[in-house]
Amino acid sequence: MDSLLEKYLGVIEATRDKRGAQAIPLLRDADVSKLLAAHHPDYRKEAYRPIAFGPNAGEQTVHELAALLEADSPLVAKPANLSRVDYEVDVLVLGGGGAGATAALKAREAGASVLVATKLRLGDSNTVMAEGGIQVAIKEDDSPVQHFVDAMHGGHYENDPRLLKVMVEDGPFAINWLDSLGVLFDRDDDGNLKVKKGGGTSRARLLACKDYTGLDMMRVLKDSVLNEDSIRIIEFAPAIELLTDAEGTVTGAVLQNLDVDQRIVVRAKSVVMATGGIGRLHIQNFPTSNHFGATGDALPLCYRVGARLAFPGTFQYHPTGAIYPEQMAGLLVTEAIRSGGAHLVNKNGERFVNEMEARDVVCAAIIRECAEGRGVTTPFGRQGVWLDIPVIDVVNGTGVVKRRYPGMLRKYERHGINISTQPVLIYPTLHYQNGGVAIGTDGQTAIAGLYVAGEASGGLHGTNRLMGNSLLDIIVFGSRAGLAAARRAKEVAFGELGTKHLEAFHKQMAKAGVKPTRTSPLMLPDYVRRPEAEAAG
Amino acid sequence: MSAETDTKLIAVEIMGKQYHVPDGMTVIGTMWYTGHNIIRGVGCLGGVCGACSTVYRTKDDFALKVGLGCQMKVEDGMSFFMTPFYPAAKPNYKVQEIEKPKEELFRYFPEALNCRNCNACNKVCPQDIDIKGAVKDAVKGDFAASADKVLSCVMCGLCVSRCIAEMAPNMIALYARRTYSVFYATKHERLDQQMEKITGGEWNAEWENILALDTAGLKEYCKARR
Ligand SMILES: Cc1cc2nc3c(=O)[nH]c(=O)nc-3n(C[C@H](O)[C@H](O)[C@H](O)COP(=O)(O)OP(=O)(O)OC[C@H]3O[C@@H](n4cnc5c(N)ncnc54)[C@H](O)[C@@H]3O)c2cc1C
Ligand code: SF4
Ligand code: SF4
Ligand code: FES
Repeated sequence: MDSLLEKYLGVIEATRDKRGAQAIPLLRDADVSKLLAAHHPDYRKEAYRPIAFGPNAGEQTVHELAALLEADSPLVAKPANLSRVDYEVDVLVLGGGGAGATAALKAREAGASVLVATKLRLGDSNTVMAEGGIQVAIKEDDSPVQHFVDAMHGGHYENDPRLLKVMVEDGPFAINWLDSLGVLFDRDDDGNLKVKKGGGTSRARLLACKDYTGLDMMRVLKDSVLNEDSIRIIEFAPAIELLTDAEGTVTGAVLQNLDVDQRIVVRAKSVVMATGGIGRLHIQNFPTSNHFGATGDALPLCYRVGARLAFPGTFQYHPTGAIYPEQMAGLLVTEAIRSGGAHLVNKNGERFVNEMEARDVVCAAIIRECAEGRGVTTPFGRQGVWLDIPVIDVVNGTGVVKRRYPGMLRKYERHGINISTQPVLIYPTLHYQNGGVAIGTDGQTAIAGLYVAGEASGGLHGTNRLMGNSLLDIIVFGSRAGLAAARRAKEVAFGELGTKHLEAFHKQMAKAGVKPTRTSPLMLPDYVRRPEAEAAG
Repeated sequence: MSAETDTKLIAVEIMGKQYHVPDGMTVIGTMWYTGHNIIRGVGCLGGVCGACSTVYRTKDDFALKVGLGCQMKVEDGMSFFMTPFYPAAKPNYKVQEIEKPKEELFRYFPEALNCRNCNACNKVCPQDIDIKGAVKDAVKGDFAASADKVLSCVMCGLCVSRCIAEMAPNMIALYARRTYSVFYATKHERLDQQMEKITGGEWNAEWENILALDTAGLKEYCKARR
């Protein structure tokens, strides 16, 4: 057996019964605030600075994001030829994850011509990675109002109540739509949809496809999009700039072909931005659970045309990211395992937080344990605490872990770890962008022609999203944005393609005394090792 | 991270060229470490999107094997290259327009009957799916069994690349899974009831009350109900 595990297995097994009997009450509000302020990464002052100019000037965000918002457009150094239009469509959907696929299907259903442009392949996204499940209030003891109550509480009462009401009320209809396309949610013994309990909720409200929920959703959505002959798709073509007319209305976008060095110009009556989250910026050097293309591109792109961001400074660090073995660093260990009864255990074999607290609280507690010397160090120098998964089988009977979490079991098995019998080491991983581009209930922004849906948008989740609310978000707001974009396309004519917005952007930039040293969006993180370049300085 | 320098180096071959890399990295990690700027071939980096199919051979073994490059650890003497794209054909169908899924299976996938039992698909599947079995189940009309078998399919297409009967076993199974869900899986009374209640305005008065509250009021309202 692995030496690290060998050293600790004794302590973990010996303390299991005692830990099981231990009741750790949920923290009171005042204690939550104290814990977050002391240990949550969102509260680390040196990680933040004010944004220098633009709609959110003066607001605090992390250095990594501020740098992208204040960076220049790639069109400045190398303009695109806007007189040669490659595609003309009613609705241009940017991003081929769950929100983008939903928007495309709905816009098509409403009669619009649709083009989907995405950075990697259609479906390579954060959506496909979602494991835990999707929240929807369908049990007898539950209601949309109760769902609202929990999400408000989880979001620290910063959520936009209008957006949240729409999500919880559209929720059952969204599930019904997914069901009608062939997403196969788990059933209980009576044949009804099975609901599990998730962190931070007062009712069991989580639907799942075992621990492959996002995979099943994305597979079905992607297949549905592919089956629509009339939806055109361009893969490996991320958006690098929005285009506007003289009034500032969004009229199209410039894409970058990643296979060959070419720009693609698209003219559209509406643009739906569904480019997802930000994990690959590795904010504050955190590892991330996100897919390769999650570089927060919507934020600088929309910011440059004048859209405001909601809560640009809050991120979700998922409490249980793998840190060992090294090849798995950052990968998510689904929260369902914690809701299923696994214990968080420090180096001394003690539990230190109620595992069912909201994510930010659990996360801060783990960081505290490590900061105060109760963490375990891996051979690659990472610190973390144990997640005692085997206790689930000890309590519920052998085989439960295997049955409930086949995906997780497989991922660890590949590296020689059997999670039914062996605990795993975890530490918070950068997981979700709580904020994003501010939207209204149809995904509309303050900029005509520009809609935003999914993780790229902000406001719905306040400053902390609850597990399972994002998968619902992307279907509900993907639909609404797709439909609204199609409605607009019926009412307006194609607009002029220009970059007037960049003139205004440059003026603000100059006034703030910012000299851009780089361009945005980032498009892809760069992990390529270049020893010669490094040696040359 | 820092311990990198202490780990032992192993020799691997990428597209026929040899490189020395620290032990303990994935195929994709090794590509980056050796200076390859790959874009096609990287998707989720979490073993669920199927973008990173990799063909490899291990030391002193003749057999060509395949796996997911983001999940698989490289080992000493391994030779590999990544094959991120299979131009597989796919019939178009709309689940909403299907009437008899079990019969129509053969309209969209007539080749489903041609399975020759070679087991190549099962051997190649990085998710250890009994995909041959899933195709057989579908052909027999047992869509429930087929659906159950392919839950974890990442649509990497590796089975397609090996099938001697020239079919796309994963597409057949996906058809079975989707139509199983729509046509045969139990329906959800609770979901229907909830939709009816929402359409009927069951909570409208409550919402009016909620949306009229200021932040302090909202807080109080929510806290009282948790
Ligand atoms: C590992 C993991 C587990 C999760 N588990 C859950 C869960 O159990 N429940 C839950 O509710 N939520 C979960 N989440 C969160 C949830 O999956 C995501 O927030 C949600 O799926 C985001 O959907 P999206 O469509 O907005 O973005 P994505 O699904 O990320 O799609 C965005 C797409 O846009 C593309 N793109 C990016 N930039 C550009 C550009 N410039 N131009 C064009 N295309 C671009 C991306 O490549 C991607 O295809 C999880 C997330 C992760 C990472
Ligand atoms: S069934 Fe085929 S497509 Fe699905 S994971 Fe296995 S090899 Fe890949
Ligand atoms: S590879 Fe094709 S022919 Fe061979 S067992 Fe699989 S489905 Fe049948
Ligand atoms: S990159 Fe998605 S499975 Fe490997």
